[in-house]
Amino acid sequence: MTVKLSLQNVRKTFRSRHADEAFVALDDVTLDVEDGEFMVVVGPSGCGKTTLLDLLAGLTRPTGGQILLDGKPVAGPSLDRGVVFQQYALFPWLTAQGNVEFGLEAKGAPSAERRETARRFLGLVGLAGFESHHPHELSGGMKQRVAIARSLAYDPEVLLMDEPFAALDAQTRETLQCELLRIWRVSGKTIVFITHGIDEAVFLGQRVAVMSSRPGRVERVIDIPPEFKAGEDIRAHPEFGRLRHEIWRLLHEDGERAREDERDARRLAVAA
Amino acid sequence: MIAAVKSAARRFDPRALALPLAFLAVWEIAYLRAWVDPRLIPSPSGVVQTAWNSLADEAFFPGLWASLYRDLAGFAIGGLLGVASGVALGLSRRLDAAFNPTLNALKQISLFAWLPLISTWFGYDDGAKILFIAASAFYPVAVNTFEGVRGIPKTHIEVARVFRFSKAQWVFRLLLPAAAPKILVGLQLGLVFAWLATIGSEFLLANWGSGLGNLIIHGREALDVGLVIWGLVVVGLVGSLLDHLAQRAENRLLRWRGA
Repeated sequence: MTVKLSLQNVRKTFRSRHADEAFVALDDVTLDVEDGEFMVVVGPSGCGKTTLLDLLAGLTRPTGGQILLDGKPVAGPSLDRGVVFQQYALFPWLTAQGNVEFGLEAKGAPSAERRETARRFLGLVGLAGFESHHPHELSGGMKQRVAIARSLAYDPEVLLMDEPFAALDAQTRETLQCELLRIWRVSGKTIVFITHGIDEAVFLGQRVAVMSSRPGRVERVIDIPPEFKAGEDIRAHPEFGRLRHEIWRLLHEDGERAREDERDARRLAVAA
Repeated sequence: MIAAVKSAARRFDPRALALPLAFLAVWEIAYLRAWVDPRLIPSPSGVVQTAWNSLADEAFFPGLWASLYRDLAGFAIGGLLGVASGVALGLSRRLDAAFNPTLNALKQISLFAWLPLISTWFGYDDGAKILFIAASAFYPVAVNTFEGVRGIPKTHIEVARVFRFSKAQWVFRLLLPAAAPKILVGLQLGLVFAWLATIGSEFLLANWGSGLGNLIIHGREALDVGLVIWGLVVVGLVGSLLDHLAQRAENRLLRWRGA
């Protein structure tokens, strides 16, 4: 296995308008994602998950450390990485077909080929027959399917997904999780999937990177047994429960620590 | 065109006629009972007679076209400049900082206050009138376009960055469609303002030329109140028709928003 995406001591700070000190969103994040791997990053809200994804997408630059794709530093957004956003981010004035096609336009494909490819990928995500629907005519789950088709259609090497199923109801979410695993298996893409759902992380990931907050760090990387990707009802497996609990404990301890830090800070503030 | 008339007829609510009909009835009764001086207020049927004569007059339609030409020419110029400046100021913080305060200050001056300057510099002919109309249409278009561009959701901008949009794709695939709802609101307002300014310019930059405003001025000069009222009716009808067409165009262009 070769390393596809490599984060080396990545640090990201934001200048804060209120405090003199810069806010540290990510500190010393080191993580390797292998070619074709399904990597899930799980963490509490505010741990810098989305910042991490923005960095991988090239939408922002790290303050320190470096991010390598195939050994070359990431310099900005590029069509070798596709992004699926939490809020779908479809263009409401385009049809499902049009939304998938414009990604291909950016890649410079001729128009007949664009139409054909868009149709094929809408079929892959189970939306055959909905090509001419506008986003307002689609349910949340269907919109996210279009967004996934849009990102897959121009054939990026890495798919970055930022809590893509968070806004969906439980049933739709489970369906899409299964379909995503299926798509990942047929397409062989490298996927970095960000979530705050522990179940989702164990269900989808080959490995799960557990993050802690303030500052955001990768606390531990947990291997998920390969038989979990066999497609059965693995949520009923005792090992699933054990892994789920292990991640829960890591996140919980981090939450406790963060609360204590806050109490200490408040006590110090009162004493001063 | 036939479909347009049919759909308008289907949507028409007869209650809208109650107020005008009641008004006409009161007016006719007031005239018949001689409650009013007939030289100041002619009868509705008298106005209809005047209207008929006016329509038969060979100067009527050239006047109507002259007004429409000024209106649409001014609207086209003001609208294009409005969209262009709205986009420019919406995209560039630097241009916004440099121009917006001045534009805002100028907006506080009633457009009619510019007329003495316009007539001094440009006279009373079509050029001066179209300039005034264009200035009237400019502001609502510029302001709404600006807001439309500033209101483009951040996620859409991120999508454009992720997909490495070229400059042309930025403008035609993201900016204009995303800002279209606001731009169209601005254009519709601009069209209303342009029509108001058209009649205004024909009154205030009057040169005894052709136009609906002149029709009304002629009526006043001849103390033909019927003709003045007929002029007002035509102005109102043309304005409503333009607004209706603009609304239809907007609905068609923004079908993607759904009901």
